[in-house]
Amino acid sequence: MKRNLWSRFCRFLPLPATLLLAGCHAALLDPKGPIGEAERSVLFTATGLMLIVVIPVIVLAIIIPWRYRASNTKAEYQPEWSHSNKIEAVMWSIPIAIVSILAVICWRTSHELDPFRPIPSTHKPVHIEAVAMDWKWLFIYPDQHIATINEIALPVGVPVVFHITSATVMNSFFIPRLGSQIYAMANMQTADNLVASVPGTYRGISANFSGGGFSGMTFKVKAMSESDYKQWLAKVASSTKTLDAQKYLELDRPSSNVPVTYYSHVNPDLFAQILMGKLAAGRSAVMAATAVTSGAETGTVRRD
Amino acid sequence: MSNDPVLMQDGSLALKPGYADHAADALRDLRQRGDAVDFEVEHHHDVASTIQLGFWIYLMSDCLLFSGLFATYALLNSHTAGGPAGSQLFDLPNVLIETMFLLFSSFTCGLATLAMNADRRNATVGWLAVTFLLGLGFITIEVREFAHMVAIGAGPDRSAFLSSFFTLVATHGLHVTCGLIFMAVMMVAVLKKGLTPTNRARLVNLSLFWHFLDIIWVGVFSLVYLFGVAH
Amino acid sequence: MFGKLTLSAIPYTNPIIMGAVAFMVICVIAVLGTITYFGKWKWLWTEWLTSVDHKKIGIMYLILAAIMLLRGFADAIMMRSQQALAYGSNMGYLPPGHFDQVFSAHGTIMIFFMAMPFIIGLMNCILPLQLGARDVAFPLMNNLSFWLTAAGAVLVNVSLAVGNFSRAGWLGFAPLSELHYSPGVGVDYWIWALQISGIGTTLTGVNFIATILKMRAPGMTLMRMPVFAWASLCTNILIVAAFPLLTVTLGLLTMDRYLGMHFFTNSLGGDPMMYINLIWIWGHPEVYILMLPLFGVYSEIVPTFSGKRLFGYTSMVYATMAIALLSLIVWLHHFFTMGNGADVNTFFGITTMIIAVPTGVKIFNWLLTMYRGRVRMETPMLWTIGFLITFTIGGMSGVLLAEPPADFVLHNSLFLVAHFHNVIIGGVVFGIFAGITYWAPKIFGFRLNERLGRASFWCWFIGFYVAFMPLYALGLMGATRRMDHYDVAAWHPLFIVAAIGAAIIFAGIILQVAQVVVSIRQREQTRDLTGDPWNGRTLEWAIPSPAPAYNFARIPVVRERDAFWDMKQRGVDLKSSTFVPIHMPRNKAAGFIIAGCAFVVAFAMIWHIWWLAITGLAGVLVTLIRHAFDDDRDYHLGADEVRRIEGLHGRVQARSM
Repeated sequence: MKRNLWSRFCRFLPLPATLLLAGCHAALLDPKGPIGEAERSVLFTATGLMLIVVIPVIVLAIIIPWRYRASNTKAEYQPEWSHSNKIEAVMWSIPIAIVSILAVICWRTSHELDPFRPIPSTHKPVHIEAVAMDWKWLFIYPDQHIATINEIALPVGVPVVFHITSATVMNSFFIPRLGSQIYAMANMQTADNLVASVPGTYRGISANFSGGGFSGMTFKVKAMSESDYKQWLAKVASSTKTLDAQKYLELDRPSSNVPVTYYSHVNPDLFAQILMGKLAAGRSAVMAATAVTSGAETGTVRRD
Repeated sequence: MSNDPVLMQDGSLALKPGYADHAADALRDLRQRGDAVDFEVEHHHDVASTIQLGFWIYLMSDCLLFSGLFATYALLNSHTAGGPAGSQLFDLPNVLIETMFLLFSSFTCGLATLAMNADRRNATVGWLAVTFLLGLGFITIEVREFAHMVAIGAGPDRSAFLSSFFTLVATHGLHVTCGLIFMAVMMVAVLKKGLTPTNRARLVNLSLFWHFLDIIWVGVFSLVYLFGVAH
Repeated sequence: MFGKLTLSAIPYTNPIIMGAVAFMVICVIAVLGTITYFGKWKWLWTEWLTSVDHKKIGIMYLILAAIMLLRGFADAIMMRSQQALAYGSNMGYLPPGHFDQVFSAHGTIMIFFMAMPFIIGLMNCILPLQLGARDVAFPLMNNLSFWLTAAGAVLVNVSLAVGNFSRAGWLGFAPLSELHYSPGVGVDYWIWALQISGIGTTLTGVNFIATILKMRAPGMTLMRMPVFAWASLCTNILIVAAFPLLTVTLGLLTMDRYLGMHFFTNSLGGDPMMYINLIWIWGHPEVYILMLPLFGVYSEIVPTFSGKRLFGYTSMVYATMAIALLSLIVWLHHFFTMGNGADVNTFFGITTMIIAVPTGVKIFNWLLTMYRGRVRMETPMLWTIGFLITFTIGGMSGVLLAEPPADFVLHNSLFLVAHFHNVIIGGVVFGIFAGITYWAPKIFGFRLNERLGRASFWCWFIGFYVAFMPLYALGLMGATRRMDHYDVAAWHPLFIVAAIGAAIIFAGIILQVAQVVVSIRQREQTRDLTGDPWNGRTLEWAIPSPAPAYNFARIPVVRERDAFWDMKQRGVDLKSSTFVPIHMPRNKAAGFIIAGCAFVVAFAMIWHIWWLAITGLAGVLVTLIRHAFDDDRDYHLGADEVRRIEGLHGRVQARSM
């Protein structure tokens, strides 16, 4: 019995160890923007509230069977005792109370942190259009007529409105350090309102499995000062590469781990055309023409 | 084991001649020992009603299946993707005739049940045959409607609306077809073996199934065709 | 002639797959060879494969589930080792196309062919006994249900050798699972395996609802049923309510893939979001279909091993019903991130959290049942305590995920993966092992080895924490699920720890295999001669172990909730002097044949071998019609035979009068 208790204790050892290890790298526990911070506080508050019940339950789940073990004949034994209105009232009301508080938090924060909700600010927001493709992210800055693959820059402290769609299957647009993810879906437009408060380079991912090249579908998010941001915009605008319909169709072919690419002179209607599926017909034609072997063999990433 | 009891339609045990005395003795023994309070030698479950309950539960699950298809149709109904809409495709008089076939078949199916309850074997089979023909007529009209739509380029692959239309209506049609097979089998069974308890139980289920399909069709007719033409 | 099927469908060149296939083939040949060597084919066919005895069908379910647990766990080991390796320049040993099949197969197998058969197996083995029934309502349909499930399982495994399996995840989200993005046969294997086994499960639901409502012993009112029976009733109602939606969803996807329709495509008006909704309208109740029966199992084990009545029976019953009802209106919490708007998210977030209330009540009930009891820490109880601790943590992370803003950052992350493994392993799997250990004497006639059982428990328990606590941490670090490769240095050590955890669980599984082998070899020492090895409370312990084919020679009359406990308290004599013939269903091959034909149809549809599909369908129809004209369905087991069997268990009383 002693050994059992010891192993029970040991079970908790890896828990703080992993958390410590994770702490400094935990994107969600160390957010770089107010949305992420608000979401972290929901995490903490809800966890704290639940621990009020969870910790006693776990302790009781160990103490009760130990205290009333069969070999302990000194403990009270009431084999027929199976009902008590008072206890049952308490039993129902404790979780009801906690869930009620959580429900209020749920109502309040779901509305406050709705990804579609614009972030109040004195700054004019930056608009970025994001298109999930197989398997890379295309970002269009419609106001600046530029576009990039797998990299975005944002000015610190300025709200950013992401307009999101997909040219392929469902993906999820997610920058863990900044908060809220949202699905990218074909023929649909979703929005994500985020803001960075600390300069730095953050990881962006697709958080919804989308096929063979999914793991490499990451992008860089560079949060920088207003002046650095202007420079970055100028750098992209000076790129010799452009993105017209034909180039877009080439880009649309499946590829993974795509390096960062900059495009200048981008048609500001591109996003709308992708959204309305106007380029899709062309896509089928291009894809049929360049069809490779079907993905029937294991390990083949490419789709027809 | 010639002394064994026989299971009756209501689920009770009937004892063959010569056995009854022995079993009665056994039961009397048990009661005298006070044992019968704690145990029953044979608990009588009503087999026929269990089967009917099972069939009802199945019908409920089938109903949910259709509810899924109806919901899908309701959602995709407007997704015509530049293709034809219901108002351009549906031929209401034709569908009305189709509906009448099925409604009348439900009526004749009811007559078959009445005949069964009156122990009239031939009448039962006769009304079943009429029901069968009406059901066949329904299916024929439906298949012709489908063939026509496919021929004018309004097949199920044209748009999400047509996909949901074909799938909903054809699933109902498939159920009717299964019902027809069920009915054919039952006609042969009744002719061969008469109105045995088993056959009666199955005929009750068949009529339940048939009326159920009728109700589903009323849903299809109003939600798909009437609304479709109205829009 | 053979549709899309050619010899090139067999992946000769992949050593990993061919190794697995070779292993599988060797196992199958070994089993078939052994049966042939001992001349057991006829016995196997007449006594088992065609059996309509719910206890034998239950055992077949358990065997199927155990084999599938091994298969599914092999997939788990592959994933954990791939993710432990594939960091930075190391790409691991599984290319994406293979890795994606592995996680899709893992989820599909563990839910449909491991957890479900274990649960339905336990219900088959125990439920009629607890109700004081001689059988289920529809014995042959029960056999058919089993074989349909088995056919689905075989189909998943055939995909390993012929063609490939789905790469679209265990729920096959559209449009990824559409023909355009998944052109091979993989998704078709997935569709048909689930479709046939799903129909089998629906039939099981119909069967058990009818059994519970119609076959209870006299005096057993609904509120006197054991909690396991209540949990099973709620589960089967959920099955009948939810599985038709799975059938519809898979059916519509089939239409898209086979007939070029546009339900969930990106083009011509298709709506992929509808797929996500439909599949989760089935999928969330499914979670509770898995969990509720195990709540029932724990509710049987805790009172028995505490020597005490279950605390708050009525609360328990209402809590179970509440969970079953609520489970139908929470599905949207699986995609808060779809952009449904704050009001919709809040509604589903709150309904989800409300489920924590009845669940919490249940946990308090179990704790209070042990309170002032005499707790015997035998293996089933060990699993139960392990469950109480683990499940509470899993429940907590679940409620956390029900807060939409928390879900916005945790959705699809490894935190989510850790959460559902936390509840499924800590709740479902622990419960299955607890239940099997508890009822083994009744099912097999002997106890399972205690020492190996305990050792296995500790491996599972510790292994679980080592494997999944790092995943919680990884989720908080922004690691998403289903990655075959990553390039974040900080994640690497945690993935290695998780792999070690999987290895510890693996040790637990090996110990379980050893436990089964040792228990069978030592069965004479652990044989249960009393029929009541644990001082049980419910009716299954009132009859000999293993239960005779007819279950109850006499049907007990129930007066109390813990019917058998009550009988023992009153000193009711279990021996009898008088026996009457018992009406029994006859074993039939129809279930096996229909499921066999369904398998042929499915395989033919996957490979577009249309003539074979039609032949298979005709086979189903002909078998059904032939069965309809088969009148030789039952017989009576003679009184003398009943007396002889009861005599073997010492249940015959010399006539006193």
